[in-house]
Amino acid sequence: MLRFLLRRVTLIIPTFIGVTLASFLLIHAVPGDPIEVRVGEHGIAPERLAILRHEFGLDQPLWKQFADYEVQVASGHLGASTVTHQPVWDEFLTLFPATVELSVCALIFALVIGLPLGVIAAVKRGTAFDYGLMGVSVTGASMPIFWWGLMMILVFSVSLGWTPVAGRIGDAFFVEPWSGFMLIDSWFSDDDGAFASAVSHLILPTIVLGTIPLATIARMTRSAMLEVLGDDFIRTARAKGLSPLRVVIVHALRNALIPVVTVIGLQVGALLGGAILTETIFAWPGVGHWLIEAIQRRDYPVLQGGTLLIAVLVMAVNLGVDVTYGFLNPRIRK
Amino acid sequence: MSAALTFWRSFAVNRGAVLGLAVMLGLVVLAVLADIAAPYSPIEQFRDSLLTPPVWQEGGTWHYPLGTDDVGRDILSRLIFGARLSLMIGLTVVTLALCLGTALGLTAAFAGGIVDVVIMRTMDVVLVFPSLLLAIVVVAILGPGLFNAMMAVAIVFLPGYTRLVRASALSELARDYVTATRSAGAGTLRLMFNTVLPNCAAPLIVQASLGFSGAILDAAALGFLGLGAQPPTPEWGTMLAGALQYYQRAWWVLTFPGLAILITVLAFNLLGDGLRDALDPKLKR
Repeated sequence: MLRFLLRRVTLIIPTFIGVTLASFLLIHAVPGDPIEVRVGEHGIAPERLAILRHEFGLDQPLWKQFADYEVQVASGHLGASTVTHQPVWDEFLTLFPATVELSVCALIFALVIGLPLGVIAAVKRGTAFDYGLMGVSVTGASMPIFWWGLMMILVFSVSLGWTPVAGRIGDAFFVEPWSGFMLIDSWFSDDDGAFASAVSHLILPTIVLGTIPLATIARMTRSAMLEVLGDDFIRTARAKGLSPLRVVIVHALRNALIPVVTVIGLQVGALLGGAILTETIFAWPGVGHWLIEAIQRRDYPVLQGGTLLIAVLVMAVNLGVDVTYGFLNPRIRK
Repeated sequence: MSAALTFWRSFAVNRGAVLGLAVMLGLVVLAVLADIAAPYSPIEQFRDSLLTPPVWQEGGTWHYPLGTDDVGRDILSRLIFGARLSLMIGLTVVTLALCLGTALGLTAAFAGGIVDVVIMRTMDVVLVFPSLLLAIVVVAILGPGLFNAMMAVAIVFLPGYTRLVRASALSELARDYVTATRSAGAGTLRLMFNTVLPNCAAPLIVQASLGFSGAILDAAALGFLGLGAQPPTPEWGTMLAGALQYYQRAWWVLTFPGLAILITVLAFNLLGDGLRDALDPKLKR
């Protein structure tokens, strides 16, 4: 097990260097001088530019610059925003909990609805319910979520007035950002309506971001269940006279969950991609919204640092999934 | 019985796939005949009929069956020309990613060693970035626009094809018929393209069909974010972005372009699923 762990971790090092190289090249691939790009639209005198170029090491050969960049990244220096002048790392840390909160809620929503639906479809294979659910799920997986979100706003916020249009909490509430997770912070706040307001702001974005994972999970659970339900040990369990519910939930579902859980773990990247669109539509102050704003303001340090952090995060989650899977399934440890 | 007929029999079992194929053929016809099928030019502005609702709603007229947008352009005409764009986007992205991915995958499989490692590790790096984020970053570098958006999506899709071709080529390379062809004196290029590649075709066809839907969806998302096709191009995602300021007053400018994206993506997904079931020997009864 230790050798497996070590090998997985070593394999990640070249990928990490590749990822930092990609983000290093980003700032050099943008048309124009990196300093001018950093300064933004204000412009700069040529003498000052020369001094800054030297200070930033831009008169060094490219490989030397890359080596310096590696050292900077390894020590956590990702530069500062050209708009707010805040360190990229600090801004990321402030906004990241909002994205995590939204993503976790979306994933829970997808699991709580998708898993039972997939199980029922597998048990009732070939019925109208099965066909109906599979039709809905392939539609859900094809959904342009940026449109889906706007339609939800049109129906539930504009026409029915049930939910707010944007943001994380009503303007009337001030919640001390203690954990960064609005649900937790508003729960402990003295304001009575704060928690309810936070929940109502979270509902639509959760549904929108959870739609594609929900469709995927329902489909995968169904096919994994169908595979397991045909196995010998299920026949044995049935022959022993166990109740059908017990056979399905305890014996079949437990075995069908392994592939489902693995694929969910590997969907983190897709979830973060979806968060970019969802946050943009609902003005959700998270990392995705931040990155899109960075592009519009040509704030390249934010784009570079933010992209790098997200890539590293995806790598870490993939590693975690791999290791957990190896832990659960000794066959792939080799 | 011919191979084509066998294939059609196992494909036609899946009613969803046949439906997907029918919708796709309809879209192709519409796209080719857009100049005849569309009532108006997609960018012609009828200044005296701004935000006309669709025909079945009060105030609607048969002149503009699906209504008009804020500058008086006919939505139906824009959707029909948008179909042409979307199919073109799908075709360009998939062709690019497929050709490059095939070349890289075959090279990695045949060369092995350090070449294989370098190609595949590079693909791993591309895969670490969430696909939409990577496409956004590439567009941020290249600058917004339809062509650059297509390049960006093609880069995002590249690792999928490369991995697929490499994996199937490696498993074919171990087979006896390849060894036989090699000992009969076939050169590497002949082995690559004439012997091995045709036998990797089935998964590639499935991936290409599913890639079509992904390309259309991602390009529309980029258009929606203002990074893809620029107005007044009648690209469906760009149309949605243009509707953002006034969609709460005029539901039709928002609803129809999104439905067009959904139906097109759904058709290609159904088609891809059907092709996979029909082409995958493991699932054959």
